[in-house]
Amino acid sequence: MTSSIDPFSIDIGIHELLEEIHAKYGYDFQNYSEAHIRRRVLTKLESDNLENIDALIEKVLSDTIYAQNFLDHLSIRVTEMFRDPPFYQVIREKVIPLLKTWSFIRIWHAGCSTGEEVYSMAILLKEEGLYDRVQLYATDYNQSALNHAKAGIYEVQRIKKYIPNYQNSKPKASLSDYYFAQYDAAIMDFELKKNIVWANHNLVTDNDFAEMHMIICRNVLIYFNRNLQNRVFELFHKSLVNGGFLCLGTKENIKFSSQESNFEVVDPKQKVFKKKYAHE
Amino acid sequence: MPMNETNHYRAIVIGTSSGGFEFIKQIISGLSKDFQIPIIIVQHLHQNSNGEWIKLLDTFTALKIKEAEEKESIQPGYIYCSPANYHLMIEKDATFSLNIDELVNFSRPSIDVLFRSAAFAYQKQLIGIIGTGASKDGAEGLAFIKKMGGEIIVQAPKTATSSTMPIEAIKASEPKLILSPDEIISFLEEINLKPKLAYWANMNV
Repeated sequence: MTSSIDPFSIDIGIHELLEEIHAKYGYDFQNYSEAHIRRRVLTKLESDNLENIDALIEKVLSDTIYAQNFLDHLSIRVTEMFRDPPFYQVIREKVIPLLKTWSFIRIWHAGCSTGEEVYSMAILLKEEGLYDRVQLYATDYNQSALNHAKAGIYEVQRIKKYIPNYQNSKPKASLSDYYFAQYDAAIMDFELKKNIVWANHNLVTDNDFAEMHMIICRNVLIYFNRNLQNRVFELFHKSLVNGGFLCLGTKENIKFSSQESNFEVVDPKQKVFKKKYAHE
Repeated sequence: MPMNETNHYRAIVIGTSSGGFEFIKQIISGLSKDFQIPIIIVQHLHQNSNGEWIKLLDTFTALKIKEAEEKESIQPGYIYCSPANYHLMIEKDATFSLNIDELVNFSRPSIDVLFRSAAFAYQKQLIGIIGTGASKDGAEGLAFIKKMGGEIIVQAPKTATSSTMPIEAIKASEPKLILSPDEIISFLEEINLKPKLAYWANMNV
């Protein structure tokens, strides 16, 4: 890192960088958390030995492969299967019984990254006898993460770490029933994939999905500022059927957002909400 | 560049690891109920910690104490504690952001992550404190607070349950103030009462 740090000029530089990325590549990070973007930019300067943000801007604009690599760096790939096991318990106990009342169910997993949480939901739906009536739409703006998700291949060592999570989700089988391991890699069961559609979708700039019965978007909105959060909540509200479910990360909340009054709380701790009927 | 000089520190950030509960308890139980400067604490936690430690701390302080929430705005008279399994950051508009980025120094929450974001948000209007712990986390962040003009304090290693973290922090940032918990309390109380500039005039610095 350079010895003189002027926070004022760093933030001006970042502002310019984000404007340029938006203009040239169409990805808009201008309404992300400033602290988050600053941290990612500064770690990039350090890891790539760049002297300042101008040098980063120049590389991002002149080299599309480098730009892709930088966009990857801005996106979050930290995920787990059955992350927050109590969340999956709540889905089994409070949401599945209501989902069962619909004859066909559409579920949108927004910001699915490398897919671990999509497969977790697919496993749960299978165990609850609902999978064959479900269409899962799994989306992310990051194509390389999406490709990884679609392939459904993970390191065996990592999958083994998910076993305690799975065991705490009130499971009905064993996690190893859902993948085939060979050498160091495990591939998810093809049966889990057949009702999943993987699609590139950007919450910041793209439109709604129609007639969803459940939307899962966990630990994505924490990276957005309040304005962008409100936009996305609106998008979710538009995308859900009346009585449809919205599932957020445990530290995310629709409370204090512009959409608060349009949802009721299903589980306050695991942050599961339900879209109110229009006349309520 | 004309700077907006205000007289008071706007926040105190504290980082602790093993033995941290006792250290935090000691500090916050020593502060009077009129203590105004908001305090933000990262204590290393097990990822499944449920926040019970905050309820326990509540019984030892006259101040308001709570878990920091996403987008919450930071208020005087409050102590905010990091949630488990998230990094805690401060935005320039004095609100919190949480994130699930990779572990930093084997930790999430990481002290370095909080301290660096706080130094950007508050610059010289910030006090950073490193207490007991068996980690290197916080050393780099504390040095960064100093670089940005903030005040820094390290718990005197001999008073710490685990001296590694204070020693690492001292190495990285060469603080003027290496204090026992009681001295930290006196220092903070004095700062809370006096405007910053007057305080340094008294100290002949």
